[in-house]
Amino acid sequence: MSDAIQPIVMPKWGLAMQEGMVAQWHVEEGSKVSKGDEIMDIETSKIANIFESPVEGKLRRKVADDGETLPVGALMGVVAEDSVSDDDIDAFVKDFQEAFAEQMAAMADGGGAEPETVEVGGHRIRYLKMGDADGPAVIFVHGFGGDLWTWMFNQEAAAEGHATYAIDLPGHGGSSKEMDGADVAALSKAVSGFMDAMGIEKAHLVGHSLGGAVSLNLAVTGPDKVASVTLVCPAGLGPDINMEYIEGFIREKRGKKLKPFLEMLVADPEIVTRDMVEDVLKYKRMDGVEAALNALSSANFSGGAQALDLSGKLGDVSAPVQVIWGKQDKIVPAKHAEAVPSSVKVTIFDDAGHLAHMEKSAETNALIKEIAG
Amino acid sequence: MQLSRDDLVKAYRRMRMIREFEDAVHEEFSAGNIPGFVHLYAGEEASGVGFCMHLEDRDYIASTHRGHGHCIAKGCDEKAMMAEIFGRKDGLCGGKGGSMHIADLAKGMMGANGIVGGGPPLICGAALTAKTLKTGGVAIAFVGDGASNQGTTFESYNLANIWKLPVVFVVEDNGYAEATSSKYSVAGTQVDRAKGFGMPAVEVDGHDFFAVWEAAREAIERARAGDGPSLIHVKLNRYYGHFEGDAITYKAPGEVEEVKKTKECLDIFRKRVTEAKLLSDEDLDTIDTECREYIAECVAAAKKAPMPTEADLLTDIYVSY
Amino acid sequence: MPKKSFRQAINEAIRQEMERDERVIVMGEDVSGGAGAPGEQDAWGGPMGVTKGLMPQFGRERVLDTPITESGFIGAAVGAAATGLRPVADLMFVDFMGVCFDQIFNQAAKFKYMFGGKAVTPVTIRTMYGGGFRAASQHSQCLYPLFTHIPGLKVVIPSNAYEAKGLMIQCIRDDDPTIFFEHKMMYDDEVDVPDDPYTIPFGEANVTREGDDVTIVAFGRMVNLANQAADKLEKEGIGCTVVDPRTTSPLDRDTILETAEETGRVVVVDEAHPRCNMATDISAMLCENIFGALKAPIKQVTPPHSPVPFSPALEDLYLPNVERIEAAVKAVMNTGVVRAAE
Repeated sequence: MSDAIQPIVMPKWGLAMQEGMVAQWHVEEGSKVSKGDEIMDIETSKIANIFESPVEGKLRRKVADDGETLPVGALMGVVAEDSVSDDDIDAFVKDFQEAFAEQMAAMADGGGAEPETVEVGGHRIRYLKMGDADGPAVIFVHGFGGDLWTWMFNQEAAAEGHATYAIDLPGHGGSSKEMDGADVAALSKAVSGFMDAMGIEKAHLVGHSLGGAVSLNLAVTGPDKVASVTLVCPAGLGPDINMEYIEGFIREKRGKKLKPFLEMLVADPEIVTRDMVEDVLKYKRMDGVEAALNALSSANFSGGAQALDLSGKLGDVSAPVQVIWGKQDKIVPAKHAEAVPSSVKVTIFDDAGHLAHMEKSAETNALIKEIAG
Repeated sequence: MQLSRDDLVKAYRRMRMIREFEDAVHEEFSAGNIPGFVHLYAGEEASGVGFCMHLEDRDYIASTHRGHGHCIAKGCDEKAMMAEIFGRKDGLCGGKGGSMHIADLAKGMMGANGIVGGGPPLICGAALTAKTLKTGGVAIAFVGDGASNQGTTFESYNLANIWKLPVVFVVEDNGYAEATSSKYSVAGTQVDRAKGFGMPAVEVDGHDFFAVWEAAREAIERARAGDGPSLIHVKLNRYYGHFEGDAITYKAPGEVEEVKKTKECLDIFRKRVTEAKLLSDEDLDTIDTECREYIAECVAAAKKAPMPTEADLLTDIYVSY
Repeated sequence: MPKKSFRQAINEAIRQEMERDERVIVMGEDVSGGAGAPGEQDAWGGPMGVTKGLMPQFGRERVLDTPITESGFIGAAVGAAATGLRPVADLMFVDFMGVCFDQIFNQAAKFKYMFGGKAVTPVTIRTMYGGGFRAASQHSQCLYPLFTHIPGLKVVIPSNAYEAKGLMIQCIRDDDPTIFFEHKMMYDDEVDVPDDPYTIPFGEANVTREGDDVTIVAFGRMVNLANQAADKLEKEGIGCTVVDPRTTSPLDRDTILETAEETGRVVVVDEAHPRCNMATDISAMLCENIFGALKAPIKQVTPPHSPVPFSPALEDLYLPNVERIEAAVKAVMNTGVVRAAE
């Protein structure tokens, strides 16, 4: 750690944040910073907030000045111990800026990839493909009421050396809203059908919430197709489910009323922006969505409990399995992780909720990389 | 095609029912029991009934503000109509429309209309529905000589013809638009106007049910067959004023009395059917009595019917709001 | 999500509804174009190309070019709606309501009421409005306040392509007569619009910006100007909440009252003529209901009481713009209500 150079970059607060303004630094070059120190004020079009240092060490360089507006991920400062030379800092800044410029350019042409669709069992499945087409496949499966954009902080990180696919389950996002069954079995059949349609023989699965149950079920029923399973705050490992959330999510049609339910998803409700709420409303306004959500709810959470418990089958899954959870998950409790056998790696983040893959994206990405290679 | 005995009974009953209805409304209005504006159809019965005898519920008519007769001819419930004119809650329109807006879409009656010339474009729409959904229905726009001068009427002549809609335009010309004679207000003739739009048109004596019925049959059959619209200029007379309360000083002294003596549609009908021995005087007298008694019942029921209440003030404005 | 223009979004909404429901028809002047002519069919596809492609897909039976006869065809659309179709009628410019208003406000609007609730009239009337096109006095007005005035009508003013698609589908499915206002300067404006059909309910305002200092209520195209003003003012430290009511009838009174109460300072931006328009309507509503919460007099940003001028030099002076909205916001920030101590 001592000779490491650590960047401080513009954070992403909420899903819609594209850029932020460095309103004011609170620390001088040369001063020591600790994790959690309030080092600057950042303002976005949505929110102004104190930014706490994500790193520890000496602030060696302020790259961004007060009043400067920078895109998310841009370099604002550099932290390193005294043992690191100024030349090394210069080189680090130069490398970072070049790599960042490249990244921005790549995003600008093609804005990253655009989602495509494929016909699976007579229904349209939308997916976003990213990465190296020849690499091993990684398939990201979102949860109840979500869509492929839930992986916006994860898919790109996994794309290096992998062919990654984030899909919209039936009834969700840009996929057909008609479903051949809404239970986990039917949904995993759709994922399996997607793999067949795309010519994917085997894939690493990353599933969130209900998508976790779907991924795990596929590993149980079609073991040949699954290289590994990463379960983020998954359903399917116990009975508990927050029906207040499920019902509120389905019921509320106005932003103001819906927002408190979406705030249940995260440890820090501040990160739920109006744009995130608006995106959910846009989804819910589509034809067939209300029926789909009701079908999903009654197929999977009828009577206020999860219909499927796969925890007993975890030991039989031959592919490596890991579980990632936010300790403050208010939708599916992290205590369900206690049921997993010791062969399964469990990571629990203290300060994350049900969207652990977003709230702790860097850490989640590292864990995915670990299991998927 | 001939009228059966049942048809004749039905036609006469409807004409008589209209007359009794209008006379009763006249009386009740004079007595101060009916609020607002009413415009009576007495004297014109042969026209409305002559046309509507050919129609079914799938067929639509749009009326004028002299609409009671068209309603009864099209099969609207007289008791509900009377209650409506009295402004009662169980009126045909819940007491919200009154005389000028009486309507029953389930019966194909698109409404009396408070706007002169309001009906013809609507009837083109009803005909467009029939044509698009292939219901086999036809649509009839009744207009007066007053509305015959409205732009909406001419626009509808044009639309109905270019789209070959199943429409019949019926100009019920009672000689007066409000207090102005059609001799003054109408240039050219109704028939020539229709011909200008390329549609067949005839003039008929509106006091003679059989003449109206025959002209109507031809025009309606043509519309139903998909051959497009026609116009029928029905010449007739109204017995009451433009509206109740109109002193009718613009008519010549004795003008209405002369018409009643020589051109009373009910008398003409009676003479024809009794001479041909299709119906007897007794048959017709019985109908007269039945209609008079039934309308008296309608008036009595309307007077007893409850008024709408505050709870009704803000209902029926939107389907959802 | 794919980007689509205001024009494409409306076209897609109508197309998807026509595919879903055979009772939906389109009628109006040159909604296809070329009827009876020797040349190209679907030559125009609507005055601004909004309905292009519908006639080739659905045929002239369901996409009817009408003569220039607004009373006739708007009335026919109303009559067709009352008897079983769901027509989408194109009243090319709202200024032309002068020749067919009776069919809208005396017929369509009142059927349900006059007939004791027994009629439904699911007609959608699309119409172009608004200035900036140098189209002069008879092709540039807004006039939505006149329709808003009439009980029985619903009045819809979408502010971008996403809103337009969802609100248009709602119009077509709605069982009441609706007037759908399309600002003629917005047809090429693009935003993300889902491919799936979706509806946006009437009477639910959209809060497009959130700020603590001033509430800006704006309609149609003015919402975008208000957003721009809010973004600029944000950088100067003035936080604006922008409310897009989406529909003037029904009107989401609750959201307007709540947001106005929160900030205590209000600017209403309305492109319609200034007397008896939405700005006066909303100002009156606020004064009547939350007078005590207001920290400054309400400011209205509207054109002057004048016909819309032709000359670009004059029309630019006439129309509300971002600068005028900014100035109004600053004005309400800098004035205060002095209340006498009791």
